[in-house]
Amino acid sequence: MRVSVQSQDFDLATALHGFGTAKNTGATVTFTGLVRDDTGQLDYMEIEHYPGMCENAILKIAQDAEQRWGLTDCLVIHRYGKLNVGAQIMMVATAGRHRVDAFDAATFLMDYLKSRAPFWKKEVSLGGASSEWVSAKDSDETALKRW
Amino acid sequence: MIDVVYFAWVRERIGVPREQIDTTAATVMDLVTELTAREDRYALAFSDLDSLRVAVDQELVDFDAPLVGVREVAFFPPMTGG
Repeated sequence: MRVSVQSQDFDLATALHGFGTAKNTGATVTFTGLVRDDTGQLDYMEIEHYPGMCENAILKIAQDAEQRWGLTDCLVIHRYGKLNVGAQIMMVATAGRHRVDAFDAATFLMDYLKSRAPFWKKEVSLGGASSEWVSAKDSDETALKRW
Repeated sequence: MIDVVYFAWVRERIGVPREQIDTTAATVMDLVTELTAREDRYALAFSDLDSLRVAVDQELVDFDAPLVGVREVAFFPPMTGG
């Protein structure tokens, strides 16, 4: 298992080198989150984080996932700082014996990272016309209940 | 003395990312009440506790959590990671 909270970008192929190589791994799932621009007005996203608590919170979530789905490997990378439209924000990778385990664990990780890891997104529009903190959605909280 | 840290719009409303507070507050809620009475910028930041989260020594807790032996309290909005 590996968790990294970092400002620099990551390369998927490099990050996955040597991932899930245990012989009892039958499936791996990877997910990458990108900075999305719905309106054509977004200049960049600024991600603030709570150093220390971030790493610990993600580790705990990843350990829960490993145990619950008997994962053979797990990787989480989450960036902070200024991220332009299209930039990679984060990735999770899960390795399990079967695909259902790997898919469910990846969804669980994403649901928990969204509302239990201390990151906050701010959207800054083109020309600096506005900057707004992204609000948490009720659906984020609801998503946790299924687990 | 206790370290108090703020993130996102809570930090912006209070105007500093971190400060040391000389307090004898027994719980997080007592600390919120004390700061709210101190200055308007705290009252503004703490006006709606439903939209705030709190961590004590980097663990999420409820507002009735005790502050005995605590080194760091953090106030922030609901998280928006992922």
